[in-house]
Amino acid sequence: MTVTEPRPGMAQPVMLAPARAASAIEPELRPLSPNEGLRIDDLNAFYGSFRALRDVTLQVRPRSVTAFIGPSGCGKSTLLRSLNRMHERVPGARVQGKVELDGVDVYGPAINPVRVRRVIGMVFQKPNPFPAMSIYDNVVAGLRLSGTRDRRVLDEAVERGLTRAALWSEVKDKLRQPGTSLSGGQQQRLCIARTIAVEPEVILMDEPCSALDPRATLRIEELITELRTAFTIVIVTHNMQQAARVSDETAFFTMDDDRAGYLVEMAPTTTLFTNPTQPLTEDYVSGRFG
Amino acid sequence: MATDATLPTRPSGAGGARLLEPPNGQERGRLRRDRLIPIVTVLATVVTIAPLIAIIAFVLVKGLPSLNGQLVANAAGNPSAPGALNAIVGSLQMVPMALLLGGGLGLLAGIYLSEFAGSRTRQLFGFLVDVLLGVPSIIAGLLVYSTLVAANGSSAFAGAVALSVVMFPVMMRATEEVLRLVPTSIREASLALGISGWRTVLSIVLRAARAGLLTGTMLAFARGFGETAPLLFTAKGSDALNIGDLSSTMSALPLFVYQYSRLPDRFFVAQAWSAAIILLAIVLAINVAVRARSINTRVE
Repeated sequence: MTVTEPRPGMAQPVMLAPARAASAIEPELRPLSPNEGLRIDDLNAFYGSFRALRDVTLQVRPRSVTAFIGPSGCGKSTLLRSLNRMHERVPGARVQGKVELDGVDVYGPAINPVRVRRVIGMVFQKPNPFPAMSIYDNVVAGLRLSGTRDRRVLDEAVERGLTRAALWSEVKDKLRQPGTSLSGGQQQRLCIARTIAVEPEVILMDEPCSALDPRATLRIEELITELRTAFTIVIVTHNMQQAARVSDETAFFTMDDDRAGYLVEMAPTTTLFTNPTQPLTEDYVSGRFG
Repeated sequence: MATDATLPTRPSGAGGARLLEPPNGQERGRLRRDRLIPIVTVLATVVTIAPLIAIIAFVLVKGLPSLNGQLVANAAGNPSAPGALNAIVGSLQMVPMALLLGGGLGLLAGIYLSEFAGSRTRQLFGFLVDVLLGVPSIIAGLLVYSTLVAANGSSAFAGAVALSVVMFPVMMRATEEVLRLVPTSIREASLALGISGWRTVLSIVLRAARAGLLTGTMLAFARGFGETAPLLFTAKGSDALNIGDLSSTMSALPLFVYQYSRLPDRFFVAQAWSAAIILLAIVLAINVAVRARSINTRVE
């Protein structure tokens, strides 16, 4: 390794090419077997009679960061919510097709959606700590409300979760204060800690930084980079620079004339941003469209 | 530059003189009305508040003289020194029981409407509950009279049931409205942690809404505490101190006020006024507490 890549910082101009890509990722990604990671096969998602997603097929690599990008309304959030069965919560919403985690059908008849969401966690656009709950109670909410009562286990989960979410040093002396008393960026890291505390395999992030200022955004992005060794992360983002900075692979979606979203192409992030195969992708990443 | 021929041409600098022109008759009338309307509305407002002040003043003047230890120490049936203890104790038994019945039911129904019902069910039931809220409370008394009382006779239990019919829709509406104020994002956050649906409602949604739920409970309690009509043919009233015997008749504060104010003896009428002070103080205290709470939460 002769060249040390600079990290994208505030002082530097934001580059489209991910700064750490060359050092952190193998240039040639290992081919995946069909039973690895999160495999989405011919997925269609509907709201009533409106088709929001059409025939999406892709595979999310385990223990890596996959970004979903595309213009507003292209269905990337719907796709994300289909992966942990949150989509079906909306009245009239349904999916067709397959989502498999490590070869197991997430929509299988014997599968309890509650269990799916424990294994495939989610972080939302706006930080949403539980009101009327302390920082401590927020972190252990998932464990406690699923039956874990052992105080020692909970204490450990709080410290581990907050440490992994890079929040421990800031809040360790005020765990009893309400979660809503933290700043926006801290609240979002608290929500990440809460998600990590139930030990999911996959973490879905739906535009996790769109409500945050650039400093807080940077903290979350650094955190995502650290978490990718332990979790499979899928992040929806409007911000192409963000996708370029944090993700290993990127999927680009857009929508048709009938407003159904579809996958245009998916590739290693560097390739997608520097050498896309589809003209639509090139237009989008170069800022000509969207 | 084209000038519009239809516009009258005036010499410039006439504006100041026009400002100084004395008002004509039409303008004078308008000015008078402009001053009058606020005065009328202020007076109307004062008149609407006047009854509250009059009520408090009247009740205090009439009731204070006989408000003494005897009133709260002895039951009305005490031969030497009758009081209103039976009514106070009766209210403190029947109203909490009605809150348990009607409030509990209202809470559950409110949870159903807010968390589980479809939008059409919610509209239909919301409408029905609004109708129930508007039903005169004497009708609630009649309903219980023609069912429970017709079968088993007057009883404190029948009184509590009649009160619960009045309190149920109050609690249900309050619950539904408060729960719907809890943002969807909070429910989604809970579900996304793998917390089950009922746990989410019980431990996350209800907890987030607990301040509002307490307010609703207090309002339902105050409503039941002040009701006379549902008790007239149900609990019926009793001069004896009834503690815990739900199958017999029982008095309550509003019932005591109603019944004793109609007696010919001036002593008993004075006692009715004194009991009214206690009743008013309790109901107003609850209402003021609720308002104070909601002001505090708004500030937060």
